[in-house]
Amino acid sequence: MLDIHSISKTFNPGTPNEVRSLHSVGLKIEEGSFVVVIGTNGSGKTTLLNAIAGTLIVDSGTIRLCGTDVTHWPEHRRATLIGRVFQNPFSGTASLMTVAENLALATKRGQPRGLGWALPRSVTTQFHDRVRELNMGLEDRLDNPIGSLSGGQRQALTLLMATWRIPKLLLLDEHTAALDPKSADQVIRMSDNIISRDKLTTLMVTHSMQQATNLGDRLIMMHRGLVIHDFQGPEKRRLRVNELLAHFEEVRRSEQLDHSAAEFLKNNYI
Amino acid sequence: MTLLIGALTIGLILSLLALGVFISFRIFNFPDITADGSFPLGAAISATLLVLGVNPILATLAGFCGGVLAGLLTGLLHMKFNIHGLLAGILVMTGLYSINLHVMGKSNVPLLRETTLGTYAERVGETIFGVADDINIGGWDVNIQDASILGCTFGFIALMCLGLHAFFRTNMGTAMRATGDNQQMMRAQGVNVGVMITIGLALSNGLIALSGALLAQYQGFADVQMGIGMIVLGLASVIIGEALIGSQHVGLTIMGAVMGSVLFRLLVAIALRWGLNPNDLKLITAIFVFLALVLPTLLNKLRASKARTAHA
Repeated sequence: MLDIHSISKTFNPGTPNEVRSLHSVGLKIEEGSFVVVIGTNGSGKTTLLNAIAGTLIVDSGTIRLCGTDVTHWPEHRRATLIGRVFQNPFSGTASLMTVAENLALATKRGQPRGLGWALPRSVTTQFHDRVRELNMGLEDRLDNPIGSLSGGQRQALTLLMATWRIPKLLLLDEHTAALDPKSADQVIRMSDNIISRDKLTTLMVTHSMQQATNLGDRLIMMHRGLVIHDFQGPEKRRLRVNELLAHFEEVRRSEQLDHSAAEFLKNNYI
Repeated sequence: MTLLIGALTIGLILSLLALGVFISFRIFNFPDITADGSFPLGAAISATLLVLGVNPILATLAGFCGGVLAGLLTGLLHMKFNIHGLLAGILVMTGLYSINLHVMGKSNVPLLRETTLGTYAERVGETIFGVADDINIGGWDVNIQDASILGCTFGFIALMCLGLHAFFRTNMGTAMRATGDNQQMMRAQGVNVGVMITIGLALSNGLIALSGALLAQYQGFADVQMGIGMIVLGLASVIIGEALIGSQHVGLTIMGAVMGSVLFRLLVAIALRWGLNPNDLKLITAIFVFLALVLPTLLNKLRASKARTAHA
């Protein structure tokens, strides 16, 4: 389904601010699997997601999606295959436009947009039904500007929009990080329902250990632009929050070791 | 009365300019100065073709197409070559000055006895009211020719507004509005943002050139200088329209732009009648737009500080 072969990305190369965000990362994801990506700040999780979505073009390596090489496709072309929910609830919707108009934009994801009506009656009744399934009472507010809704409501609608046309790959970029705990919980349950209902191939970045252990059938841990752990199958199912924290601690300690070892060598030999 | 009818007609003709500026400036938040070049371009093309004896409808349409091309060019410079939007507009506007001179062959093309859209409008009036000089409307004696031109302009502008409103409710029009609102979202929805902005600028400049073509036929000449300050004039109309309407609804904002344009023209007519020096017109327009841009934030600040002192 998704086949990433040794992709690298360096920001500001050749300057003092050089950041090697992805370091020859390889990753294969089977169709229908739900992969959770976790990692420290600056580990390259979001860069990985952006590289797959086409928001940035990688320096080297290839990305194949559904058997097609999409490495050099621009973002809008990849959107025919990819549905996406951003961290910021304001990023996924056009705030001045109504809920119905936003949904109408999503029904045409990756399709040519001609001069047909955006909101024919048949479509609005469909919107009404699908929005009612969210249980947020938004079905009566289809004609309100989406900017008048709360972050949780907007994120739920963005999720609905990203999956309205079944995407080959769903990318969730810490999509509950900016929400209050109650809305975050609501949106995460909604995501899980949709993913299992439509058997969506999903890549979800998260900071929440709870989400990382409870959701998905595979967990990838990133650090400094590398995939350092890959838990699959039974190993992933057994994984608990404290074990995951232990892995993080391990990473931290080995890093300190590097540091103190370097210090030790410097003091003794230079 | 003639003065009033003249002001209304020009206001309606220039409302197409306001609609063009509305698309570039309000929908895309793109200050597109191409307007100052595409307005006289539309006038130059249609006037030159009219002098050559081309059918007025075709000549006007050609003017519109000229504007579309100018907008496409600005869009290409901006999106393909990554030139800053403001500069892209300035480059095309500056280039168009020479092109307009080449199109006309001189700096001014008078339309004296040519058949124009105005002639068509007068014929429509004659078939309705018969051949008379004046008719009585509400106690005023009105010149039939002036009245029929005003009526036809009104009908045409109304049609354009309905068309534009319909366009903004199609899939493409909705995507265009959303592109101005949130580009990141639209890329994720599979829309080529550059292409969308270029199409929008083409439409915007097409309307502006159409406005120029109509104005040339109404006032009876095309002049290479007639585009100066048109972007500011359009902005003034859009801003007045927003103040009148006070809504984000597409249909209402379109109506607002037209009403703003007409109202502004009426104010100008009154000011000129009171003895305003015509040379000061552009300065006053610029100051007006400056105040309209600055006053809302200034008033908000004032209100906020008042509220604070009230609390203290």
